[in-house]
Amino acid sequence: MPAAPTPAKPASVSAPQGPSQWDRVAAMDEFRQLLKAKAVFVIPATVFFIVYYFLLIILVGYYPKFMDRKVLGPVNLAYLFALSQFFVSWAIAWLYVRAARGFDAHAAHILGRLGKGDK
Amino acid sequence: MSGSLMMFLGFILVTLGITYWAARRSSSAGAYFAANRQIKAWQNGVAVAGDYMSAASFLGIAGLIAFFGYDGFMYSVGWLVAYLTVLLVVAEPLRNAGKYTMADVLAYRLSPRPVRAMASLSTLTVSTFYMIAQMVGAGALVALLLKSSGISFRSAVIGVGVLMIVYVVFGGMIATTWVQIIKAILLMSGTVLLSILVLAHFGFSLKDFFNAISHVTYHDPKGALITKDFLQPGLRFKPPYGALDLISLGIALIFGTAGLPHILVRFYTVPDAKTARHSVVWAMVLIGSFYIMTTFLGFGAAIIVGRDFISKNGGTNMSAPLLANALAGSVFFAFICAIAFATILAVVAGLTISASTSFAHDFYTNVIHRGVERQPGEEVKVARITAFVVGAIAITIAILLGPNANVAFLVALAFAVAASANLPVIVLSIFWKRFNTSGACWGLGIGLLSSIVLIMIGPSLMGAGKFFNHAPIFPLENPGILSVPLGFIGAWLGTMLGKEEPQAEAKWTELEVRANTGLGAEQATVAH
Repeated sequence: MPAAPTPAKPASVSAPQGPSQWDRVAAMDEFRQLLKAKAVFVIPATVFFIVYYFLLIILVGYYPKFMDRKVLGPVNLAYLFALSQFFVSWAIAWLYVRAARGFDAHAAHILGRLGKGDK
Repeated sequence: MSGSLMMFLGFILVTLGITYWAARRSSSAGAYFAANRQIKAWQNGVAVAGDYMSAASFLGIAGLIAFFGYDGFMYSVGWLVAYLTVLLVVAEPLRNAGKYTMADVLAYRLSPRPVRAMASLSTLTVSTFYMIAQMVGAGALVALLLKSSGISFRSAVIGVGVLMIVYVVFGGMIATTWVQIIKAILLMSGTVLLSILVLAHFGFSLKDFFNAISHVTYHDPKGALITKDFLQPGLRFKPPYGALDLISLGIALIFGTAGLPHILVRFYTVPDAKTARHSVVWAMVLIGSFYIMTTFLGFGAAIIVGRDFISKNGGTNMSAPLLANALAGSVFFAFICAIAFATILAVVAGLTISASTSFAHDFYTNVIHRGVERQPGEEVKVARITAFVVGAIAITIAILLGPNANVAFLVALAFAVAASANLPVIVLSIFWKRFNTSGACWGLGIGLLSSIVLIMIGPSLMGAGKFFNHAPIFPLENPGILSVPLGFIGAWLGTMLGKEEPQAEAKWTELEVRANTGLGAEQATVAH
């Protein structure tokens, strides 16, 4: 079992030096950049999956005749669209995990600077 | 039926062994509530899948597809897509900011006592509805299967309840996690086997399989023979309100998962946010594969067993076990039934631990005793007693409702309540600086109240021959389309009407840093 990655000094909520640590991180440019980088991925990805999902639901609900068109032998558009939701979800998850590697490195860098007492 | 009895007993013996092993390691609170935060990504992913794929998924969806075709498959889609909300929005901040329960995140910068009291109420509500549904399902299943051994619905429910209390009271989160993992592996193997058998029935030709789906025959209530294309949408969600009901269901499904307490607590069992993220992905792979295979289970049951036969032999919920019987005989039937039983038992254990943790940690320690644990071990002791009480209440209500209660309706209620009460306040407390205590209490209260009231005045409970003999006041079965926005509006309005809380806004920086970098997050503890 891999030992949990323990930072040099695990800060506890009640530690008196806690707040200053947090304020120092919040003041770093790198931290603002991390938040921005996350938002640039997470917001469009969230909007996309919600729109893609409700597109299916709305088409199935209001245009069942259109969705019942056979497009692949006996298989209709409705089923293929529903099936695609699984692969699209997996793809978004995979892209997110890939992007998050960058976020983790970024966060580790910030915490590293904090450990060295910032500048 | 002695085959299925043997398999039940086998599963019970193995899981009790795990509980005994875990009980010796669950002495501290960190161990009991969060498995020392040492669960690995794949283990937690499998356990999340185990917690999630309940009787509603395995028995319920197969039944809905067998009876209504394509429309039943909509549940499968929604229940997977829901995990993107968990992955992208909730899992990592929650892991970094909290300790044992969902309320930890809310209490982080808001006034802890009112917020925890409300969050605990909504956690107990969601978990209890979910749990009663599982117990009713288990009781009906076991009673039907073991009819020959003379086990009644009542004793089956009591048996399930007692077992689940034993797992949770003695084994805590470590035992619950391993019960989930074993169950998820069993469920996946059973589903894969069943899917292969369905495909084999059609000579492994997907074309023949889908051709057969387009000509499913059954008799309507008047006895006329009907042939329908089961891939066609609209067999369940019919005008005038069908489309709206489908949208409403979709909202409850994709936003409800990220508010389910028993799923959220699982992210506290891993060492850090990265592991939490990877465990969601593991869960998505398993859950997604499972829901794709409901295509074979559900449509397979519609074609091979048929609606007529299922109606006469246990009803919609028995579609998957009856399919197993039709394809491979009574031993495989017993195996699938044992899996369904294991599924229910594991989900009930997960629900019990999240409900009892919330009561002990949020309500007892933090509301009644203002965050002070008076003696070491008190919180765990209270949780153990709560697990016992919650179990007893669920057993009693399940017996009162009886074997014919509508199980799917209770699960849908749990999802709608979670989406309307829990999700808005979780999201706003993480992402909105101005959010305050009054906003959290209003959001939780209005979300909880509106979802429950709308279900009570909707067609699930109102109508000729229903619980209330009166035409439904609210036309939709699922309240999500109205109650989720109401939860958000309540939270917003409460925030605006309440006093500004400089302290909550000051702690926003802390939460933002902690949620995004993990600085100060709860660490894994070393088990001895």
